[in-house]
Amino acid sequence: MPLLRIGREPLNLEEMVATISEQKSSASDPAPGRDGAVVVFLGLVRNHNAGRSVRYLEYEAYEPLALKAFQRIADEIRSRWPGVVVALHHRIGRLEISEASIAIVTRSAHRGDAYAANRYTIERVKQIAPIWKREFFVGGDVWIEGATADPDDVKARAEAERAACV
Amino acid sequence: MRVTVKLFARLRDIAGAPELTRETAPGATIGAVWQQLAGEFPDLAPYERSISSALNADYSRMDAIVRDGDEVAFLPPVSGG
Repeated sequence: MPLLRIGREPLNLEEMVATISEQKSSASDPAPGRDGAVVVFLGLVRNHNAGRSVRYLEYEAYEPLALKAFQRIADEIRSRWPGVVVALHHRIGRLEISEASIAIVTRSAHRGDAYAANRYTIERVKQIAPIWKREFFVGGDVWIEGATADPDDVKARAEAERAACV
Repeated sequence: MRVTVKLFARLRDIAGAPELTRETAPGATIGAVWQQLAGEFPDLAPYERSISSALNADYSRMDAIVRDGDEVAFLPPVSGG
């Protein structure tokens, strides 16, 4: 299973954890057995948003660019938290309430780096991944528009790092 | 020369198609392609300040020059996660 992925099928957290735990060391990865922490984040579809009753969400992505954005985030993590490995899967298509849209798994020698890098990952996904959600609520639907994606925006990157390290 | 234009989310809804082919002048920038589209679909115009662009599936700047056969993408503010 690849560490970075976008797809329509339900996210398989168990498989992600197994993949990241078994990941054999490439040149930049720590030796197996060295790491003592795996942190998992799942983002779920909420039944409410901005005062609206949400029925379901539809996600779409510009897939080739989104995968490059994921790779960029993984590279940023490698330089900020050397030794941390990240797995990042995002689901697209129609998602029902309580289903997981994103799964992030980080692994490191000690828990602090795994927690920080995990939080950094979700903040950066929201900033620079070309993925969009359309919210279908009771009474209508709306495209959710968050951040203007600019991977080179150093202020945005610093904000993500601040959120990760509080 | 011709470029393929990809549009996402609300931009696609406004244009009514996920992909368009457009003729551009040699030396045209991504910004010029956007201006052409915004002329065609006036509801796109308010997005000018909030969009990002990509050239052949890499983030790009609006002043980048497009070549024949390029794929240009316009991205409204993102909302993944």
